[in-house]
Amino acid sequence: MLTAFDKALLNKIQENLPLVSRPYAEVAKKLGVEETAVIERLNFLREQGYIRRIGPFFDSAKLGYIGTLVAVRVREENVPTVAAAINAYSGVTHNYERYSEGDTRYNLWFTLLSPDTASQVKVLASIENMPGVERLISLPAIKKYKVSVRFTL
Amino acid sequence: MLDALDKKIIAIMQNDLPVVAEPYRDIAGQLGITEEELLRRLNQYFAQGKIRKVGAVLRHREVGFSANALCAWQVPEERLEEVGRQAAKSSYISHCYSREQGADWPYNFYTMVHAHSQEECRMMVEDFAAENGLDAYRMLFSTKEWKKTSMRYFQEEL
Repeated sequence: MLTAFDKALLNKIQENLPLVSRPYAEVAKKLGVEETAVIERLNFLREQGYIRRIGPFFDSAKLGYIGTLVAVRVREENVPTVAAAINAYSGVTHNYERYSEGDTRYNLWFTLLSPDTASQVKVLASIENMPGVERLISLPAIKKYKVSVRFTL
Repeated sequence: MLDALDKKIIAIMQNDLPVVAEPYRDIAGQLGITEEELLRRLNQYFAQGKIRKVGAVLRHREVGFSANALCAWQVPEERLEEVGRQAAKSSYISHCYSREQGADWPYNFYTMVHAHSQEECRMMVEDFAAENGLDAYRMLFSTKEWKKTSMRYFQEEL
Protein backbone atom coordinates (compact mmCIF):
# COMPACT_ATOMS: atom_id res chain seq x y z
CA MET A 1 0.00 0.00 0.00
CA LEU A 2 1.16 3.49 -0.81
CA THR A 3 1.49 5.83 2.16
CA ALA A 4 0.42 9.47 2.03
CA PHE A 5 4.10 10.41 1.72
CA ASP A 6 4.56 7.95 -1.17
CA LYS A 7 1.66 9.53 -3.04
CA ALA A 8 2.98 13.05 -2.46
CA LEU A 9 6.42 11.92 -3.61
CA LEU A 10 5.11 10.13 -6.73
CA ASN A 11 2.96 13.14 -7.66
CA LYS A 12 5.94 15.48 -7.22
CA ILE A 13 8.41 13.31 -9.10
CA GLN A 14 6.13 13.27 -12.17
CA GLU A 15 6.62 17.03 -12.47
CA ASN A 16 9.85 18.53 -13.68
CA LEU A 17 12.98 17.65 -11.76
CA PRO A 18 15.36 20.61 -11.96
CA LEU A 19 18.44 19.93 -14.09
CA VAL A 20 20.90 20.60 -11.30
CA SER A 21 23.59 18.62 -9.55
CA ARG A 22 21.33 17.48 -6.66
CA PRO A 23 17.78 17.26 -8.05
CA TYR A 24 16.42 15.05 -5.26
CA ALA A 25 17.49 17.63 -2.68
CA GLU A 26 15.17 20.11 -4.44
CA VAL A 27 12.29 17.62 -4.31
CA ALA A 28 13.01 17.04 -0.61
CA LYS A 29 12.93 20.76 0.08
CA LYS A 30 9.50 21.07 -1.54
CA LEU A 31 8.16 18.12 0.45
CA GLY A 32 9.75 19.35 3.70
CA VAL A 33 11.87 16.26 4.28
CA GLU A 34 15.54 15.26 4.15
CA GLU A 35 17.20 14.43 0.83
CA THR A 36 18.02 10.93 2.10
CA ALA A 37 14.32 10.26 2.80
CA VAL A 38 13.46 11.04 -0.82
CA ILE A 39 16.30 8.92 -2.18
CA GLU A 40 15.57 5.91 0.00
CA ARG A 41 11.85 5.93 -0.64
CA LEU A 42 12.18 6.49 -4.38
CA ASN A 43 14.57 3.56 -4.66
CA PHE A 44 12.08 1.45 -2.72
CA LEU A 45 9.14 2.52 -4.93
CA ARG A 46 11.19 1.85 -8.03
CA GLU A 47 12.10 -1.65 -6.80
CA GLN A 48 8.40 -2.24 -6.08
CA GLY A 49 7.60 -1.54 -9.73
CA TYR A 50 5.61 1.69 -9.43
CA ILE A 51 7.97 3.68 -11.64
CA ARG A 52 8.41 2.91 -15.31
CA ARG A 53 11.26 5.32 -15.91
CA ILE A 54 12.97 8.33 -14.36
CA GLY A 55 14.96 10.70 -16.49
CA PRO A 56 14.59 13.14 -19.33
CA PHE A 57 11.82 12.49 -21.87
CA PHE A 58 12.76 13.71 -25.31
CA ASP A 59 10.52 15.13 -28.01
CA SER A 60 11.02 12.70 -30.88
CA ALA A 61 10.09 15.21 -33.59
CA LYS A 62 12.58 17.78 -32.23
CA LEU A 63 15.31 15.11 -32.40
CA GLY A 64 14.48 14.60 -36.07
CA TYR A 65 12.50 11.35 -35.78
CA ILE A 66 9.22 10.88 -37.60
CA GLY A 67 6.38 9.02 -35.93
CA THR A 68 3.13 7.39 -36.87
CA LEU A 69 0.28 5.37 -35.42
CA VAL A 70 -0.34 2.21 -37.40
CA ALA A 71 -3.51 0.13 -37.48
CA VAL A 72 -3.34 -3.41 -38.80
CA ARG A 73 -5.97 -5.98 -39.55
CA VAL A 74 -4.44 -9.35 -38.77
CA ARG A 75 -6.08 -12.77 -38.98
CA GLU A 76 -6.64 -14.01 -35.46
CA GLU A 77 -4.35 -17.06 -35.72
CA ASN A 78 -1.47 -14.93 -37.06
CA VAL A 79 -1.58 -12.24 -34.36
CA PRO A 80 1.22 -13.68 -32.16
CA THR A 81 3.77 -13.99 -34.98
CA VAL A 82 2.87 -10.63 -36.52
CA ALA A 83 2.97 -8.92 -33.11
CA ALA A 84 6.39 -10.47 -32.40
CA ALA A 85 7.75 -9.32 -35.76
CA ILE A 86 6.47 -5.79 -35.12
CA ASN A 87 8.00 -5.79 -31.63
CA ALA A 88 11.41 -6.63 -33.06
CA TYR A 89 11.71 -3.09 -34.48
CA SER A 90 13.38 -0.78 -31.96
CA GLY A 91 11.27 2.18 -33.14
CA VAL A 92 8.09 0.40 -32.04
CA THR A 93 7.41 1.51 -28.48
CA HIS A 94 3.72 0.57 -28.07
CA ASN A 95 1.96 -2.41 -29.61
CA TYR A 96 -1.53 -3.37 -28.46
CA GLU A 97 -4.31 -5.65 -29.54
CA ARG A 98 -7.42 -3.50 -29.35
CA TYR A 99 -11.10 -4.14 -29.56
CA SER A 100 -13.78 -1.69 -30.59
CA GLU A 101 -17.46 -2.38 -30.20
CA GLY A 102 -19.19 -2.23 -33.53
CA ASP A 103 -16.03 -1.88 -35.56
CA THR A 104 -13.48 -4.66 -35.57
CA ARG A 105 -11.69 -3.70 -38.78
CA TYR A 106 -8.33 -3.11 -37.14
CA ASN A 107 -7.21 -5.29 -34.27
CA LEU A 108 -3.51 -4.49 -33.82
CA TRP A 109 -2.29 -0.95 -33.13
CA PHE A 110 1.31 0.15 -32.77
CA THR A 111 3.40 3.31 -32.75
CA LEU A 112 6.54 3.60 -34.85
CA LEU A 113 9.39 6.12 -34.67
CA SER A 114 11.84 6.20 -37.58
CA PRO A 115 14.95 8.30 -38.28
CA ASP A 116 13.64 9.12 -41.80
CA THR A 117 10.78 8.48 -44.24
CA ALA A 118 12.64 5.83 -46.22
CA SER A 119 13.15 3.59 -43.20
CA GLN A 120 9.52 4.09 -42.12
CA VAL A 121 8.27 3.04 -45.56
CA LYS A 122 10.52 -0.02 -45.48
CA VAL A 123 9.29 -1.17 -42.05
CA LEU A 124 5.63 -0.67 -42.96
CA ALA A 125 6.03 -2.54 -46.25
CA SER A 126 7.65 -5.52 -44.62
CA ILE A 127 4.88 -5.73 -41.99
CA GLU A 128 2.20 -5.34 -44.63
CA ASN A 129 3.64 -8.32 -46.50
CA MET A 130 3.56 -10.71 -43.56
CA PRO A 131 1.26 -13.74 -43.70
CA GLY A 132 -2.05 -12.97 -42.01
CA VAL A 133 -1.85 -9.20 -42.51
CA GLU A 134 -4.97 -8.22 -44.45
CA ARG A 135 -4.73 -4.43 -44.25
CA LEU A 136 -2.45 -1.78 -42.81
CA ILE A 137 -3.02 1.95 -42.50
CA SER A 138 -0.57 4.55 -41.27
CA LEU A 139 -2.03 7.54 -39.43
CA PRO A 140 0.76 10.10 -39.03
CA ALA A 141 0.15 12.97 -36.64
CA ILE A 142 -0.68 16.35 -38.10
CA LYS A 143 -0.60 18.25 -34.83
CA LYS A 144 0.23 17.33 -31.25
CA TYR A 145 -2.11 18.90 -28.70
CA LYS A 146 -0.87 17.09 -25.63
CA VAL A 147 1.70 14.59 -24.47
CA SER A 148 1.75 14.40 -20.71
CA VAL A 149 1.65 11.11 -18.94
CA ARG A 150 0.84 12.10 -15.37
CA PHE A 151 -1.34 10.34 -12.86
CA THR A 152 -2.50 12.23 -9.83
CA LEU A 153 -2.49 9.85 -6.86
CA MET B 1 21.90 20.74 -34.95
CA LEU B 2 23.03 17.90 -32.77
CA ASP B 3 26.74 17.16 -32.66
CA ALA B 4 28.29 13.77 -31.89
CA LEU B 5 28.48 14.52 -28.17
CA ASP B 6 24.81 15.59 -28.09
CA LYS B 7 23.77 12.28 -29.62
CA LYS B 8 25.92 10.39 -27.15
CA ILE B 9 24.42 12.32 -24.24
CA ILE B 10 20.86 11.74 -25.48
CA ALA B 11 21.56 8.04 -26.01
CA ILE B 12 23.01 7.54 -22.53
CA MET B 13 20.22 9.55 -20.88
CA GLN B 14 17.74 6.89 -22.05
CA ASN B 15 19.02 4.80 -19.16
CA ASP B 16 17.22 5.31 -15.88
CA LEU B 17 18.51 8.31 -13.98
CA PRO B 18 20.19 6.90 -10.85
CA VAL B 19 18.39 7.77 -7.62
CA VAL B 20 21.47 8.96 -5.76
CA ALA B 21 22.44 12.38 -4.40
CA GLU B 22 24.37 13.45 -7.50
CA PRO B 23 22.93 11.43 -10.40
CA TYR B 24 24.67 13.35 -13.19
CA ARG B 25 28.21 12.97 -11.85
CA ASP B 26 28.68 9.30 -12.85
CA ILE B 27 26.99 9.78 -16.21
CA ALA B 28 29.32 12.67 -17.01
CA GLY B 29 32.23 10.44 -15.99
CA GLN B 30 31.10 7.72 -18.40
CA LEU B 31 30.93 10.31 -21.18
CA GLY B 32 34.35 11.73 -20.30
CA ILE B 33 32.98 15.22 -19.70
CA THR B 34 32.43 17.32 -16.58
CA GLU B 35 29.15 17.32 -14.69
CA GLU B 36 28.88 21.07 -15.46
CA GLU B 37 29.15 20.44 -19.21
CA LEU B 38 26.52 17.68 -19.05
CA LEU B 39 24.08 19.85 -17.09
CA ARG B 40 24.75 22.82 -19.37
CA ARG B 41 23.84 20.76 -22.43
CA LEU B 42 20.78 19.17 -20.79
CA ASN B 43 19.48 22.60 -19.77
CA GLN B 44 20.00 23.73 -23.35
CA TYR B 45 17.95 20.79 -24.71
CA PHE B 46 15.22 21.65 -22.24
CA ALA B 47 15.19 25.30 -23.31
CA GLN B 48 14.99 24.20 -26.96
CA GLY B 49 12.06 21.86 -26.25
CA LYS B 50 14.11 18.79 -27.15
CA ILE B 51 13.45 17.56 -23.61
CA ARG B 52 9.73 17.62 -22.76
CA LYS B 53 10.20 16.85 -19.11
CA VAL B 54 12.64 15.44 -16.61
CA GLY B 55 10.93 13.24 -14.10
CA ALA B 56 9.19 9.94 -13.62
CA VAL B 57 6.55 8.12 -15.58
CA LEU B 58 4.67 5.68 -13.38
CA ARG B 59 3.49 2.22 -14.31
CA HIS B 60 -0.16 3.03 -14.66
CA ARG B 61 -1.53 -0.39 -13.73
CA GLU B 62 0.50 -0.47 -10.53
CA VAL B 63 -0.82 2.92 -9.42
CA GLY B 64 -4.43 1.98 -10.08
CA PHE B 65 -5.08 3.26 -13.60
CA SER B 66 -5.72 -0.19 -15.00
CA ALA B 67 -7.92 0.71 -17.96
CA ASN B 68 -6.97 2.65 -21.05
CA ALA B 69 -8.67 3.36 -24.32
CA LEU B 70 -7.44 4.82 -27.54
CA CYS B 71 -10.29 6.94 -28.79
CA ALA B 72 -10.61 7.83 -32.47
CA TRP B 73 -12.86 10.82 -33.22
CA GLN B 74 -14.34 12.55 -36.23
CA VAL B 75 -13.90 16.25 -35.59
CA PRO B 76 -14.83 18.86 -38.20
CA GLU B 77 -11.61 20.40 -39.53
CA GLU B 78 -12.49 23.91 -38.32
CA ARG B 79 -13.08 22.66 -34.76
CA LEU B 80 -9.79 20.76 -34.31
CA GLU B 81 -8.00 23.58 -32.48
CA GLU B 82 -10.83 24.15 -30.03
CA VAL B 83 -11.42 20.44 -29.33
CA GLY B 84 -7.66 19.87 -29.07
CA ARG B 85 -7.42 22.57 -26.42
CA GLN B 86 -10.31 21.03 -24.46
CA ALA B 87 -8.75 17.57 -24.62
CA ALA B 88 -5.39 18.95 -23.45
CA LYS B 89 -7.10 20.25 -20.29
CA SER B 90 -8.53 16.88 -19.26
CA SER B 91 -6.55 15.06 -16.59
CA TYR B 92 -7.82 11.72 -17.95
CA ILE B 93 -6.28 12.33 -21.36
CA SER B 94 -2.52 11.80 -21.66
CA HIS B 95 -1.96 12.02 -25.42
CA CYS B 96 -3.93 13.95 -27.98
CA TYR B 97 -3.18 14.35 -31.68
CA SER B 98 -4.87 15.24 -34.93
CA ARG B 99 -3.91 12.69 -37.56
CA GLU B 100 -4.33 11.89 -41.21
CA GLN B 101 -7.26 9.58 -41.94
CA GLY B 102 -7.07 6.09 -43.41
CA ALA B 103 -8.88 5.21 -46.64
CA ASP B 104 -11.56 3.23 -44.77
CA TRP B 105 -10.96 4.86 -41.40
CA PRO B 106 -12.46 8.36 -41.33
CA TYR B 107 -11.16 9.47 -37.92
CA ASN B 108 -8.91 12.53 -37.70
CA PHE B 109 -8.48 13.12 -33.94
CA TYR B 110 -7.07 10.74 -31.30
CA THR B 111 -6.98 10.73 -27.52
CA MET B 112 -5.49 8.26 -25.02
CA VAL B 113 -7.74 7.99 -21.99
CA HIS B 114 -6.65 6.45 -18.69
CA ALA B 115 -8.95 5.55 -15.81
CA HIS B 116 -9.42 3.11 -12.96
CA SER B 117 -11.81 0.90 -14.92
CA GLN B 118 -13.21 0.37 -18.39
CA GLU B 119 -16.50 1.80 -17.13
CA GLU B 120 -14.78 4.98 -15.96
CA CYS B 121 -13.00 5.28 -19.32
CA ARG B 122 -16.34 5.02 -21.06
CA MET B 123 -17.87 7.67 -18.80
CA MET B 124 -14.99 10.06 -19.42
CA VAL B 125 -15.27 9.64 -23.17
CA GLU B 126 -19.06 10.01 -23.16
CA ASP B 127 -18.76 13.17 -21.05
CA PHE B 128 -16.12 14.59 -23.37
CA ALA B 129 -18.27 13.76 -26.40
CA ALA B 130 -21.33 15.44 -24.88
CA GLU B 131 -19.45 18.52 -23.67
CA ASN B 132 -17.94 19.06 -27.11
CA GLY B 133 -20.92 18.06 -29.21
CA LEU B 134 -19.10 15.16 -30.89
CA ASP B 135 -20.98 11.99 -31.76
CA ALA B 136 -18.80 10.05 -34.20
CA TYR B 137 -16.10 8.20 -32.34
CA ARG B 138 -14.71 4.75 -31.59
CA MET B 139 -13.27 3.58 -28.31
CA LEU B 140 -10.52 1.03 -28.79
CA PHE B 141 -9.90 -0.87 -25.56
CA SER B 142 -6.63 -2.74 -25.24
CA THR B 143 -7.15 -6.47 -24.87
CA LYS B 144 -3.48 -7.44 -24.91
CA GLU B 145 -0.26 -5.52 -24.46
CA TRP B 146 2.38 -6.89 -26.83
CA LYS B 147 4.93 -4.17 -26.23
CA LYS B 148 5.32 -1.05 -24.16
CA THR B 149 8.70 0.55 -23.73
CA SER B 150 10.40 3.93 -23.87
CA MET B 151 12.08 4.93 -27.09
CA ARG B 152 15.88 4.69 -27.07
CA TYR B 153 17.29 7.37 -29.35
CA PHE B 154 20.69 7.29 -31.09
CA GLN B 155 21.72 3.96 -29.55
CA GLU B 156 24.18 3.45 -32.41
CA GLU B 157 26.18 6.39 -30.98
CA LEU B 158 27.15 4.51 -27.82
